[in-house]
Amino acid sequence: MGDTTPFDEMHNADGSVREPYRALAQWLDEQPDKALTLMQSDAEAIFRKLGITFAVYGSEEGTEKVIPFDVIPRIISAMEWRKLSKGIEQRVRALNAFLYDIYHRQEILKAGRIPEKLILQNSAFCPEMMGLEPARGVYAHIIGTDIVRVGPDEFYVLEDNLRTPSGVSYMLEDREAMMQLAPDLFSRIKVAPVDNYPENLRRTLESVAPANVSGAPTIAVLTPGIYNSAYFEHSFLADQMGAQLCEGPDLFVDGGKVYMRTTTGPERVDVIYRRIDDDYIDPLTFRPDSMLGVPGLFDAYRAGNVTLVNAPGTGIADDKAVYTYVPEIIEFYLGEKALLNNVPTYNCVDEEERNWVLANIGDLVVKEVHGSGGYGMMVGPTSTKAQHAEFKRKIEARPDNYIVQPTLALSTCPTYVNAGIAPRHVDLRPYVLMGEEVRITPGGLTRVALKKGSLVVNSSQGGGTKDTWVLED
Amino acid sequence: MLGRTAQNLFWLSRYVERAENMARLLEVGYRMSLTSRREGGASEHLVSMMRAAEVDEAFEATGRQADLDTVAHYMMFDPENPSSVYSCLLAARTNARSVRTAITIDMWESLNAGWLEFAQIKPRDVRGAKLLGLLSWVKQLSHEFRGALLGTILRDDGFAFSQAGNFVERADNTARILDVKYYVLLPRAKMVGGDLDIQQWTLILRAASAHRSYRHVYHDRYKAHNIADFLMLRPEMPRSLIFCARYIEETLDSLADIYGKREGCQEAAAKLRAMVEGTNMETIFAHGLHEFLTEFIARNNAVSESLSASYNFY
Repeated sequence: MGDTTPFDEMHNADGSVREPYRALAQWLDEQPDKALTLMQSDAEAIFRKLGITFAVYGSEEGTEKVIPFDVIPRIISAMEWRKLSKGIEQRVRALNAFLYDIYHRQEILKAGRIPEKLILQNSAFCPEMMGLEPARGVYAHIIGTDIVRVGPDEFYVLEDNLRTPSGVSYMLEDREAMMQLAPDLFSRIKVAPVDNYPENLRRTLESVAPANVSGAPTIAVLTPGIYNSAYFEHSFLADQMGAQLCEGPDLFVDGGKVYMRTTTGPERVDVIYRRIDDDYIDPLTFRPDSMLGVPGLFDAYRAGNVTLVNAPGTGIADDKAVYTYVPEIIEFYLGEKALLNNVPTYNCVDEEERNWVLANIGDLVVKEVHGSGGYGMMVGPTSTKAQHAEFKRKIEARPDNYIVQPTLALSTCPTYVNAGIAPRHVDLRPYVLMGEEVRITPGGLTRVALKKGSLVVNSSQGGGTKDTWVLED
Repeated sequence: MLGRTAQNLFWLSRYVERAENMARLLEVGYRMSLTSRREGGASEHLVSMMRAAEVDEAFEATGRQADLDTVAHYMMFDPENPSSVYSCLLAARTNARSVRTAITIDMWESLNAGWLEFAQIKPRDVRGAKLLGLLSWVKQLSHEFRGALLGTILRDDGFAFSQAGNFVERADNTARILDVKYYVLLPRAKMVGGDLDIQQWTLILRAASAHRSYRHVYHDRYKAHNIADFLMLRPEMPRSLIFCARYIEETLDSLADIYGKREGCQEAAAKLRAMVEGTNMETIFAHGLHEFLTEFIARNNAVSESLSASYNFY
């Protein structure tokens, strides 16, 4: 790993086409000049018209942008996918078991497998959750596991997103767009469908309704509102699964129960898929200045009268500092070896490791422990000397605030750019649902770094997306 | 349905209707100012159109001289003017985004595509014939949105809220146009109007898109009495007060049916309609046209307020 040529998902080292891409390569060859240019501009029009936009914070060009979409799909073979999905399921089950333990008996801490301080003094640990019994014992129902590939058989988990992972609407709309743009491709290549995600989401949410609900539970999606960067997704998902899209002021708590304000008066709500961060969901329990949340919501949750999805406090399991312990966590709760690898991570609190990190910073990736979305990180090889120095200072000042990893040679996929088709680095976020069972949608969201050589795939940093195809046997 | 959703649907339709009315008023002001031969006449026409749009005072406060360019910009593009076409379309789209789940894809696409197109326009490129073209485009956008709505939306409570918004806005607009020009509609000793009267009457009819349909109904030359009758009391005229009032009442009654309960707003709608039902222009003139219109506008506002109280808008 590291300084070798990145793995090209479409081509072997000798330039021949890898098996999963054979039919696509042939199709690409058959396309007349300009066909892809045309597809690309059609795609842009489709997305803009549908209003699939995201907001870039701090952008001066107004709040809405269309996320760039690349018309060349990324392909994963059925065998590769089976392996990946097994590993993901294992991880998700273990992390949920870990969350249950952390908020109950804390056996893993007693056993000394994870330092107590790392959990109990972590700002992502939520003491309010202690002793609470979530429906079916599930804390993280909706998960987006970030995975990178560095070789034919080599996958690494970069991050387990257990709070409110976003992007699933792009997965669905990318497929929709692709089917409009290149219907003939789908007749040649058998691709596993993704469009049952909304139905599966609904089933997952229904399966974790409070036990005392009779009949079909009422489900609401709680959004911070139209100015949130992921608002499109919130409304999209609510629409697709037939749930009510609510903002904080639409809900209220009375007698420990949650209601929506409807035209005909209050209506009981049973399950809330909240897309608001923990800190903001209830000003009475968490941040008192929150205008987004619902006063009293947490008490209603504690009383078992409503289910919050995901549960508050799941951040302790996807914290970047806890990440290094995930293989340990899998072994502890499942008695199995981790099927998917973690990226080796250096611990800057350890003096020896820190010194090594500081000496080699130009080759490493530095991430803020609580950063996300590509903010607060530095990729050594593509950063300037000044940036290296800046992050060295930051690490020295607060070694516990950063994790450091080797720069992975992320795999590349053929991508349509100005100069034609060229390899660009990609990652993968499969979406996992956990309720009465674990459901993983085949594929997920592929993010692609559109800038040549760039390893940062976040949409806020100039990344785009691709439709992701898992081949059927 | 969430109270907020009902509110958003109501205002979504209201703003689209308002954008259309603003375009129409500006078009009339534009035409009149071009044909005005009197010194200062152009400016007067423009100001009176702004009065009908209830933005004349706000415009005056900007300190700008009322000429074609300044008024066109103010009514079309000015974000400071809450009733400018720009502000209306933005507000409509913001309301639509808030209720994406309650409107159909066709409704969203027509509005969103329209907004994106409008947002591309550079105000300084819009002059003369281009302005007229843009004004008719705004009307088209409103028609397209309404068509998408009527063709695709479920006939449930959401439909009723959107229709209420549309027709409360339209009733308000027609009443205001009449009120701004009511003095040229008053009965006078001389039955035949002079050139100036004809010009004013045309303006009123155009502002309500009624200058052609007038002929179909009356087969007659323009007469003040007929014009007032047409825009107030003719049930076949879709922008007349009686048409709007009846439709609003019907719409709110349908809400009462859906919810199985009558609220204050149904009474308010009945009171609005009672004003225009079983009366005629002679009676209205006898009691004072201006007074009548003022009262109508107030009762129409009362419908809107009572609707939001009845169904938990907030």
